[in-house]
Amino acid sequence: MTSTTFSRTSSDTLIDVRGPRFGAWITTAVLAVVLLTGSGLLLLAQAVVFALGSRGRSPYGAFFKAVVKPRLGPTTETEPQAPTLFAQLVGLGFAVVGTLGFLTGLTTLGVVATAAALVAAFLNAAFGFCLGCEVYLIFKRATSTKGATA
Amino acid sequence: MERYVVMTALVVTLAVATVLGLIWRHRQGRLRAVTSDESLFDVLATLGVEPGTRATLLQFSSAFCAPCRATKRVLGDIAAVVPGVHHVEVDAESHLDVVRRLGILKTPTTLVLDARGVVTTRAAGQPDKAAVLAALGQAVG
Repeated sequence: MTSTTFSRTSSDTLIDVRGPRFGAWITTAVLAVVLLTGSGLLLLAQAVVFALGSRGRSPYGAFFKAVVKPRLGPTTETEPQAPTLFAQLVGLGFAVVGTLGFLTGLTTLGVVATAAALVAAFLNAAFGFCLGCEVYLIFKRATSTKGATA
Repeated sequence: MERYVVMTALVVTLAVATVLGLIWRHRQGRLRAVTSDESLFDVLATLGVEPGTRATLLQFSSAFCAPCRATKRVLGDIAAVVPGVHHVEVDAESHLDVVRRLGILKTPTTLVLDARGVVTTRAAGQPDKAAVLAALGQAVG
């Protein structure tokens, strides 16, 4: 039997795992084009996508649901939505820095930020790796002064 | 920038990312043997949970953790069929003192405790069921 100390208050919305993976592939492609063209405007558009995605309104996700998913088999694997929203926020951070870099002529900054976001998106798409998930607990350990709480 | 420089940068970035991804995937959920003499029964008592009579599967989870649900299923299935084995799931965020003491860096982390509550094996990331059963065999045997 399983005993648990969980008292989760956040909602446990579950989503089909293929949605975020699809979105991550699109993101990877977009960021690759940004890297090749140095387009601050395209990166800005991707930043907007990240912002929407962090609120659960990703256009890539909407496209997946409307066009791709009906052509696939039934959902076999689900995951909590919350980590994917956080991951979009992380992506937004990179994209904002990169956009500022490209649009102000600090091309190296733009390239580095875009490459970092590209690595995260690619790892998520190809390996199901979630950067936000990996660092979340480390972040909490380092920043929380609380010890044992209910 | 020159077109070929940028293309090279892109290819290198993806190649490095692929290598990192393969290394990460290889390490995920691998069970590492641990040498320890310290019983964690006091920790379990603080958490208000019962250890198993033969072994305990102590899982640290958090809300922000997709593989934690899958790990909970795997460990729960094992505890349901192997007598004397108890599965305990702990919310890492509400027990940061325990998390720090045990050096838990990510969720899910699974600790396999023997009958005395001593850690014999640990795994970060979603473990493979067969590997957990093998580790259990070592812990009780």
